[in-house]
Amino acid sequence: MTELNKNTLISIKNLGFSRGNKHIFDNITLDIPRGKITAIMGPSGTGKTTLLKLIGGQLQPEQGSVTVDQQNVHQLKPSQLYSLRKKMGMLFQSGALLTDLSVFENVAFPLREHSHLSESMIRTLVLMKLHAVGLRGARDLMPSELSGGMARRVALARAIALDPMMIMYDEPFTGQDPISMGVLVHLIKSLNTSLGLTSIIVSHDVQETAEIADLIYVIADGKVIDHGEPNALMNSSSAWVQQFMHGSADGPVHFHYPAPDYHSDLLTT
Amino acid sequence: MLHYFETLGRSTRENFAKLGRATFFLLLTLQGIPDILPRLSLLIKQLYSVGVLSILIISISGLFVGMVLGLQGYYVLSDFGADETLGLMVAASLVRELGPVVSALLFAGRAGSALTAEIGLMKATEQLSGMEMMAVDPVRRIITPRFLAGLMSLPLLAAMFSAIGIMGGHIVGVGMLGVDDGAYWSQMQASIDFYDDILNGVIKSVAFGFVVSWIALFEGYDTLPTSEGVSRATTRTVVNSAFSVLALDFILTALMFGDI
Repeated sequence: MTELNKNTLISIKNLGFSRGNKHIFDNITLDIPRGKITAIMGPSGTGKTTLLKLIGGQLQPEQGSVTVDQQNVHQLKPSQLYSLRKKMGMLFQSGALLTDLSVFENVAFPLREHSHLSESMIRTLVLMKLHAVGLRGARDLMPSELSGGMARRVALARAIALDPMMIMYDEPFTGQDPISMGVLVHLIKSLNTSLGLTSIIVSHDVQETAEIADLIYVIADGKVIDHGEPNALMNSSSAWVQQFMHGSADGPVHFHYPAPDYHSDLLTT
Repeated sequence: MLHYFETLGRSTRENFAKLGRATFFLLLTLQGIPDILPRLSLLIKQLYSVGVLSILIISISGLFVGMVLGLQGYYVLSDFGADETLGLMVAASLVRELGPVVSALLFAGRAGSALTAEIGLMKATEQLSGMEMMAVDPVRRIITPRFLAGLMSLPLLAAMFSAIGIMGGHIVGVGMLGVDDGAYWSQMQASIDFYDDILNGVIKSVAFGFVVSWIALFEGYDTLPTSEGVSRATTRTVVNSAFSVLALDFILTALMFGDI
């Protein structure tokens, strides 16, 4: 095993994927290092969530390969894919909590499905996971009684229930108030360090993501536009990346939707 | 004109594709049955929400259908002086036809639509995807127990519908219109055959339970993950189930009782 392979948990090579006539990914290649927080950023609709679903084996690529922990995800048998998924946690944008189960039962769900632990052991593990996200006291609430930020924290506790090697976060900061956002940023960082995880964050919240990411890939129009450490990207030579990272209203992505010349348009009768 | 053929071709192709997905979905659902045996609690929970919660609507409807049958039957039969065979008429209509068919239609409206909405919302809120990512097969964990619960509940609900309907016919025929109590029961007992009537009715309701549960669960699973998609899927469940039940009823009746 080469040094590169040892340090790379996920390797995506020449990946192509389209929906209908729209090319979502056009031959993209990227590596996600083990033990680090890698962010995948880009404007809305660039298929960032689709990329997570491809990594998790929920979608089939048209070309190229996705290798997770030395296994080609799309060549695995269903049973092998399921055992790989036990090592992958995923935090969905909505939390995806099971609405008919309490907070406690939601976190216990993967443990009950995949282990034969005693009830007292499950209770201890669930309380430990809930404690890690600060919601041990909310164990008896139902998902409908939680705020958006709390629901994501419960989902995070559930995602780490089986002690995975990696977690994929799908837009974890979208629609959060500043306090919940701060809590989530802190949690993602601290869990990554304390549990020795590899984290992949898909997001377009530049500031929060840049604060904790070790490496950022910027994707647009189905291609990797740039990648590097957050500071390097802030000073990228690409005008497009500059505009995206700084959130400027005008730049290579124009403020105006393509239209005829303004003055002549006004004077047209 | 060309546009018409284009639309026809596209919708035919889409419907065949959907039929293929539905068949594949059914196979996956059936494959999950052996996994239910060690986890009967999943099935019991669904038997409650699909079956037990439908008892009220089935009982009340059965009572009224039986009462109407008693009333209508009495007026027709008494013209021929055959009002003593009222019990037979009510029971035969219920056990052979109305019990399985009406309870299947009510079941599609009460439990089928609820199943579609539940599964559709689980899809729209990424709960099914979430399960897949937790290495739990949503078909085995969510769909199969609901399918089995539907399959088991409907024959029992249809039996209740028929039994209560017979009581309803008795209330009207014997209680209000003066048909002889002994004749009501003895005519029924003498002429209703266990195999020809009761067993065929049970077979029908098992077939209806199979079809309605399949349609309801598939529509939920195949829905577009939006609120509009879920509401359309729920409507389709009720419409398609009603249509399938009535068409299947004709086929089964022809096979069981007819010489077609």
